[in-house]
Amino acid sequence: MPPATPSGTRAAPFGAFLHRVDLFFDRELTARSRILILIGVLLVIPVYVFPLYRMTLIANQFPDGLDLSIYAYKLEGGRSAARDDLREINTLNHYIGMRPLLESDFSEFNWLPLAVGAFALLALRAVVIGRMSKLIDLVVLFVYFGLFSFWGFYRRLYEYGHNLDPTAPVKVKPFTPPLIGTQQIANFTVTNVPDVASYLMVGFAVCLLLAVWHSARHTPVE
Amino acid sequence: MIRKNSRYIGIAAAVAAGLVISMWTGGCARRGRRTAATQQGDVAEAAVATYVAPGDLDEFYMFASGGHSGQIYVYGIPSMRHIATIPVFTPYPATGYGFDSGSKAMLGGYTWGDVHHPAISQTKGDYDGRWMFVNDNGNNRVARIDLRDFKTKEILGPLPNVSGNHGSSFVTPNTEYVLSASRFSIPLPKGTYLPIEKYATDYKGVVSGVQIDPNTGKMTLGWQILMPPFDFDLGDTGKGPSEGWAFWTTYNTERATGKLEVTSTQRDRDYIAAINWKAAEEAVKSGKTKMLGGVKVLDPKDVAGIVYLMPCSKSPHGVDVSPDGKYIIGSGKLQSITTVFNIEKIKTAINNKDFSGNEDGIPVLKYESIKDAEVNVGLGPLHTQFDDQGNAYTSLFVESAVAKWKLGTWEIVDKIPVAYNIGHLTAAEGNTMHPKGKYLVALNKLSHGRHLNVGPSQPEASQLISISGDKMKLLSDSFTEPEPHNAQIIKADRLKPIEVYPKEENKDPNAIWDVKNASVQRQGAGVTVKMVAVRSNFEPNHFEVNQGDKVTIYITNIEQTTDELHGFGLGEYNLNIVIDPGETKKIEFVADKPGVFPYYCTNFCSALHQEMQGYMLVKPKGAATARVAPRARRQVVARSLFSPPGGSQ
Repeated sequence: MPPATPSGTRAAPFGAFLHRVDLFFDRELTARSRILILIGVLLVIPVYVFPLYRMTLIANQFPDGLDLSIYAYKLEGGRSAARDDLREINTLNHYIGMRPLLESDFSEFNWLPLAVGAFALLALRAVVIGRMSKLIDLVVLFVYFGLFSFWGFYRRLYEYGHNLDPTAPVKVKPFTPPLIGTQQIANFTVTNVPDVASYLMVGFAVCLLLAVWHSARHTPVE
Repeated sequence: MIRKNSRYIGIAAAVAAGLVISMWTGGCARRGRRTAATQQGDVAEAAVATYVAPGDLDEFYMFASGGHSGQIYVYGIPSMRHIATIPVFTPYPATGYGFDSGSKAMLGGYTWGDVHHPAISQTKGDYDGRWMFVNDNGNNRVARIDLRDFKTKEILGPLPNVSGNHGSSFVTPNTEYVLSASRFSIPLPKGTYLPIEKYATDYKGVVSGVQIDPNTGKMTLGWQILMPPFDFDLGDTGKGPSEGWAFWTTYNTERATGKLEVTSTQRDRDYIAAINWKAAEEAVKSGKTKMLGGVKVLDPKDVAGIVYLMPCSKSPHGVDVSPDGKYIIGSGKLQSITTVFNIEKIKTAINNKDFSGNEDGIPVLKYESIKDAEVNVGLGPLHTQFDDQGNAYTSLFVESAVAKWKLGTWEIVDKIPVAYNIGHLTAAEGNTMHPKGKYLVALNKLSHGRHLNVGPSQPEASQLISISGDKMKLLSDSFTEPEPHNAQIIKADRLKPIEVYPKEENKDPNAIWDVKNASVQRQGAGVTVKMVAVRSNFEPNHFEVNQGDKVTIYITNIEQTTDELHGFGLGEYNLNIVIDPGETKKIEFVADKPGVFPYYCTNFCSALHQEMQGYMLVKPKGAATARVAPRARRQVVARSLFSPPGGSQ
């Protein structure tokens, strides 16, 4: 079915495009799209429970590796009866003059959980109102949020690796730990990988995009 | 074994080593003499059986008494590697034991002990791996080691009325008690003088029931039983049908004094004393005690049914109860037989009053009525241990051998020579209701130079013997710290020791967890320092006191990583302590020597271990007062150069 045209028939081509966009934004979301968004919400809620990132530091005397998990709201070192990894990482880092990793230094921990909750609510809003415009708002904001978070995380890594105390007993060349991947830093092999919560966020984004795609494909009935 | 693939390399290496050793010893006339049990063909097999590859773990722990060293030594089996020393009755600077206020107070001024018979706590007659109790034969004490952290937690004693705490420390099947009997008899209470001529009539031996708190393990002296002046030697507690009973061998039932070698060996039979500790407990509850030396004491003359005497072949040394609790096995060291008594027969004889006499009112059971067998094990039998197949293993001191024999049929099935003069022997969980078999260690008194020559002061020899097959096989020699009397072997997975003291468990009010809280405070002539030890600093890294000040230092090791110990050595003040991760320790001393005294980390910790040092500055009397914060005001001390690790964690 051709798209409905406004009352005037001699609309300029650009005007027609805008009109089509308007129509697109005004579209109702299909039932399947709404279900996809709901699945996305279900995926994004457990982000609180699982770590976003995982750092592993392996050395000769730590064959099992020192572990550090970054959650949306906290840092959590690996803990065993024999070791508190976060404390150990900080103790070792002080030799190269790195600032201790302190939860209180991470302002992200204050707004990240809020942001994730906000996205869940925006997603529910899109489901209830059922308009493409609401979904597109959500997608745009989420993409922005994702890129910003990545940049923020990179900046963190850069700062920790570059703002080294000049009086530190061991001098190392300033470095940036890898965003994703492995790097040798002194006697440690450092590996950074996204963890479950990151994959959940990606899953959320995929659900949103699929929802857009599905409703875009199925032209609404007048 | 944990790792598999490295094992084959290990085996190959061990075999190669075995061949080299065998070639070398082949050309060696006197040293490295092999006993018949390790002929050429067995060497490779033994090497493989005892080789624990790098990174692999031993299957069992062995806790060996350190005799007059006063300590407990921990070995791994089958490697027989010495892994750790647990200081108990003797100061041990390696772990700072006896230098900090807590352990110093526990030692009570004594600087030695004589550890003989470690006993792991039991539940239902099997090791539960919670605590280990050890006796001090020298200064009459009992200590408790917590197997959660392998630390001595409590020392009880010197026990009132007890002299020579040798027949100790034997735990009851559910660790209700640690039971102990005195080796020496003296006039009681302690401090009493009576001429030696009064020995036979007025000197007394004592059996003690040390009560154990089932939750905390805390020891209290519950009660004692007055015994005739025999020398009580070794004991064991009953289990299963014999639960509620405990048995001790005796020598010198002649009640002789003087040259005991002669005077105490005239009777053909001495006794095993059978104590019904449950009946004793009841008698104590019903108030049948009198107070002696501050202890509730039962006198068997007045309270019937708690003590009986079982005649046993000459000067018995060890008495051991079989895993099923049915047999009580006593070994008369001056004869060649081991006597097996039957608990049912003992109970029947008691019921029928089948007595052959009495000693100070204590009934003597008729030998023929209670005995099941006399096993001709060999010369100088001492102690018996058990495996999981119904076999008994008896050490033969004079013969220098171990005899293996069958419970029930009483036949000798094997014998193996040992080097030399075996005392105790210990099998894997070999005195419990469920022995594990597999390994036995002969704790030999003499090594006669079967090792690199170390001069006249020679170590003892402990030999690992495989008891898996029909024939016993000698696997390895090791040379143990003086002096392993008895030892306990426990399956490694029964223990779950911690590796750091968790921060949350540190309840010391003087613990500080942040270098920002380090402080030096003065109160009159006392200075209190709260110090942090963490890689690679002490905070404060210097402090001042006046000559004559009483100095108290609380040091908290704020590490939470395994093996990050820090020492604190204060030269010429004769102080060294070691603080484990998460631990707070206290030292106290009077700063009586003026000058500047460095302190430093004595337990290697990190790449900057050498830099972990500081200064105590002692101002001489008469000089201006040391720069310490005024009374009741905390002074934050100089910070270290860079942001501290773990700050405000």
